Amino acid sequence: MRSVRRRLAGWMLVFGLVALAAVAGAPLVGSTHISLARAFDSTVPFADNVDAQILFIARLPRVLAGVIVGASLAAAGVVLQALLRNPLATPFTLGVSAGAALGAVLAISLRLQLSMWGVSAVTLASFVGSVGAVAIVYALARARHQGFSTNVLLLAGVTLNSFFSALILFVQYLADPSETLHTLRWLMGDLGIASYTPMLAALPLAVVAGAAFAWLPRALNLLSLDTDAAASRGVNVVRVQQVAFFSSSLATGAAVSLGGPIGFVGIIVPHIIRLIVGADHRIVLPVSALAGAAFLVACDVVARTAMAPIELPVGIITALVGGPFFLWLLLRHR
Amino acid sequence: MSGRGAYVRLLAAAVCVCLIATGRIHLGVAGLAAGQAPRRIVSLVPSVTEILFAIGAGPRVVGVSSFDHFPPAVDALPRVGALVDPDIERVLALRPDLVITYGSQTDVSAKLRAAGIATFVYRHGSLADIAAAMRELGRRLGLDREAARAADALEQELAGIRARVQGLARPKTMIVIGREPRSLRGINVSGGYGFLHDLAELAGARNIFADIKRESLLVTAETVLARAPELIIELHYTETASPGLVEHERQTWSVLSTVPAVRHGRIELLFGGELVVPGPRVPEAARAFARAIHPGVAWR
Repeated sequence: MRSVRRRLAGWMLVFGLVALAAVAGAPLVGSTHISLARAFDSTVPFADNVDAQILFIARLPRVLAGVIVGASLAAAGVVLQALLRNPLATPFTLGVSAGAALGAVLAISLRLQLSMWGVSAVTLASFVGSVGAVAIVYALARARHQGFSTNVLLLAGVTLNSFFSALILFVQYLADPSETLHTLRWLMGDLGIASYTPMLAALPLAVVAGAAFAWLPRALNLLSLDTDAAASRGVNVVRVQQVAFFSSSLATGAAVSLGGPIGFVGIIVPHIIRLIVGADHRIVLPVSALAGAAFLVACDVVARTAMAPIELPVGIITALVGGPFFLWLLLRHR
Repeated sequence: MSGRGAYVRLLAAAVCVCLIATGRIHLGVAGLAAGQAPRRIVSLVPSVTEILFAIGAGPRVVGVSSFDHFPPAVDALPRVGALVDPDIERVLALRPDLVITYGSQTDVSAKLRAAGIATFVYRHGSLADIAAAMRELGRRLGLDREAARAADALEQELAGIRARVQGLARPKTMIVIGREPRSLRGINVSGGYGFLHDLAELAGARNIFADIKRESLLVTAETVLARAPELIIELHYTETASPGLVEHERQTWSVLSTVPAVRHGRIELLFGGELVVPGPRVPEAARAFARAIHPGVAWR
């Protein structure tokens, strides 16, 4: 027990420093050069300070969004891989992101103009879509089962993904080309929020999900081996499965409504962390959250500087950078 | 089960036979003698549809794309799909002797040519290409004189606008083609290539993204802050909008208060289909740009 705690503290320190370095360093780089001295010059009012506006309006919100989205997706990936006992599970496996995408695509195609508390229609619609998808999958997994069938969950999620994808294509097909471009861009994932308000909507959801995650690791350790064994050790299996399902869905919904369906973070970060720290969820879950935040923030730096002033969608970078690195790690460990 | 499968196969075979048969029939009809001008035209490209009507070939147009809205006469014409979803069967059913296709529709053009139907392959280019396309279509359709007249008029109108803004200050301008409503996400702007860039420059602006030789690119708040446009022109392809919506969308930019355009309230929202179609209505679009760029000048 003590050794787990010590290992956790050690790894949290290492990855905490990595995440901190990413968060502190990322706002300093961008497509333009800014002077920190000028940005923090208190004699120039903020309304006239270009350097300060680039730092605090253009860069800082997207770095913080990267933290929320990266941590949420990585942690949700860990939880879902344990819940479904499937190493290929991602935060998008259960249809949450497809539901969110359908919501966003509808909002874009119907040119919804409403906004609430400064959050745009696309963000709101994508969150509503993810909630709808979660409700459908959950209802299916509970129907005609005493407990909670992870098999049904997995199949329902995969089917719902295809079904929503078909609906998305259908809506796209009827939309104007200008909206199609917008939709495509949304589907690639993007953190350029240029405002703090969308984050204020996503953050409470991510925090609630994070609190639920804190309750899960020990049960997930038992659950990822065998549900019967877990039950015999006093784990309320159905309760744990419900909490795991809803908290990971909540985290995913918050992340996708903020940054779009940014792929790869939710599968690659948990696996990299498992290769480094072992399989104990008490360590893997929190460390993955930190690593996910650092990874996405770093990818976003590449996305906005590699071809500046043209910006690449961060979803392309996560797979482009993460894929080869993961394969290299995989080969080295075999 | 197997009976139904056989039925479906039979139906599919019948459809195939019909398709081939109609294709064969068209081969005969479409076999134009050299020099004979096309009489039945299907246009898959809205800007070329407008050109056809402008050069007097309107009565020969028998089918248009699903995105055609101008001139009003197209409302009565059959729709045959568009860029990504052209319905070849419906095109063939209209028995055209010329089909206007877009440059990227290579498979569509190939299929039509295989059916013996002539095609005119068009691709959006610069502002100057519009008058060139008018003249070329005129030659193809035996309407040389009408086309030359329309092209000359277009060029003269554009030259007039250019002359009018000669010597006036050229504001650093950002031309926004699209963005997420009520937010500064997904800001899609015109780069230094294409008819929107040409229009803005002709109407007396300096495009701040002229150095990036692309029709459009996505930029972030950082780039907007760094390039500091003095004027932001936002194009909306709907015909009108409520004043409340216009005010809301202008307000969206207010967070970027160091941008001169924001500071001086120089954010102009332009509405209208002519802004998206590089066709004979570009002088109207040019005038809309010029009014936004030089509001002090008395425009007619």
